[in-house]
Amino acid sequence: MPEALKHRHLLEAADLDRDDATLVLDTAAQIESALAGREVKKLPTLRGRTVVNLFFEDSTRTRISFELAAKRLSADVINFSAKGSSVSKGESLKDTALTLEAMGADGIVVRHGASGAPHRLATWVAGSVVNAGDGTHEHPTQALLDAFTIRKRLGRLDGVRVVITGDVLHSRVARSNVRLLHTLGAEVTLVAPPTLLPVGVESWPVTVSYDLDAVLPGADVLMMLRVQAERMNASFFPSAREYSRRYGLDADRVARLGDDAIVMHPGPMNRGMEIAADVADSPRSTIVEQVGNGVSVRMAVLYLLLGGNA
Amino acid sequence: MAQPSTPAPGTPGLLLTADDVTRVVDRMAHQLIERAASSGGEGDGLADLVLVGIPTRGAPLARRLAARIEAFTGTAVDVGTVDITLYRDDLRTRGVRALEDTRLPDAGIDGRLVVLVDDVLFSGRSVRAALDGLRDVGRPRAVQLAVLVDRGHRELPIKADFVGKNVPTSRAQQVKVRLVEVDGEDGVGVTDA
Repeated sequence: MPEALKHRHLLEAADLDRDDATLVLDTAAQIESALAGREVKKLPTLRGRTVVNLFFEDSTRTRISFELAAKRLSADVINFSAKGSSVSKGESLKDTALTLEAMGADGIVVRHGASGAPHRLATWVAGSVVNAGDGTHEHPTQALLDAFTIRKRLGRLDGVRVVITGDVLHSRVARSNVRLLHTLGAEVTLVAPPTLLPVGVESWPVTVSYDLDAVLPGADVLMMLRVQAERMNASFFPSAREYSRRYGLDADRVARLGDDAIVMHPGPMNRGMEIAADVADSPRSTIVEQVGNGVSVRMAVLYLLLGGNA
Repeated sequence: MAQPSTPAPGTPGLLLTADDVTRVVDRMAHQLIERAASSGGEGDGLADLVLVGIPTRGAPLARRLAARIEAFTGTAVDVGTVDITLYRDDLRTRGVRALEDTRLPDAGIDGRLVVLVDDVLFSGRSVRAALDGLRDVGRPRAVQLAVLVDRGHRELPIKADFVGKNVPTSRAQQVKVRLVEVDGEDGVGVTDA
């Protein structure tokens, strides 16, 4: 087993080979068990290090999750959102990055509306860059926490059959998950209307289906993606009702899942659209658990990237 | 299981054979029993005692000590491990490494007698990190330290309460403890590397 990650940044799921990804998951599990039941949920590991949360797009859980993860490792955290900053005066990504660099940021957690922004950022700064979601490209820590959740619930990842349903076209969560789950040996099936599948999906290491009901019985994990209303500027499907009927997860569909199958959603949910409220709140659902696991996984990533002499 | 034999010239100098390790662990178990009885706990003090191993080799060592104490007294004592990696002060110079198990007994450590267990006491920095780790977990009545080998060269004001064997070494030498649970055999050696 390796002791450290091979790359200085975490920009996309492909930065992690199987050993690296397993190291992150194992580290997260150890951190979780080390902190379980403790009064002081804080570790001194990143004392004196500075982590900047650079968020050009709105986010609730990811930003809070990264902030909590960094704080639990005793790093100093600076939250930067584009609103109310010099970005609204027209400052470029590069100038913003160089400003943060001059302030001595050891780690930069970045969310940006443009795919590839974290990659550009990584070429300008000395610290480690963690992609917290870029456009419709990738969201690697979400994939890590999903993999962590699956492993925790099912005890394995190798050979696990994961069905990802919904707006794959716009989903950075789906892209990162497809890559990472494939790396870790899971079998991924994508289910979506043809209009919500990206061009070139046939080259991905996945099976594609247009029929959710057909793949339900064989699934160990059902991952529902959010219908991203803010990106629905074209008619990708006739109506919300039709989408919900064909691709939404309701109690009737859940009843046809295997006994141990779990239901995941990266959040935020559109209850009643891609997932029914009673399904989201059922014991099969890992949705709340995923949020908690996110903190452990991000602590692991920050420790592995910033803890050493990087 | 390979028995360590008398070393040939140029091979690691053997400080303790497998039999020696067994004897030393037995002696330390007796000392722990005695000390627990006189340390202010209830009865024989063993219900109060928690042996907390520092991974890697302190963890199996703590379990062995607990097993021997149970064999001698019939009382099972609580065992745990505390990984110190996230508390180390040399991560920046030596880089990150994989974490190991942290497991503490369900009853916790508050108000109890915690004995930290490690294989080798050298600079004292591992023990310092373990003490910091314990502080975040709870507030023991007292913390003591048991080590299989004390090789000197402390860099911090830390002293062991139970020592299996004192070994004068030079700073450049390496002391290597081998345990069946981790290395497939028991023995303690010193090399001039």
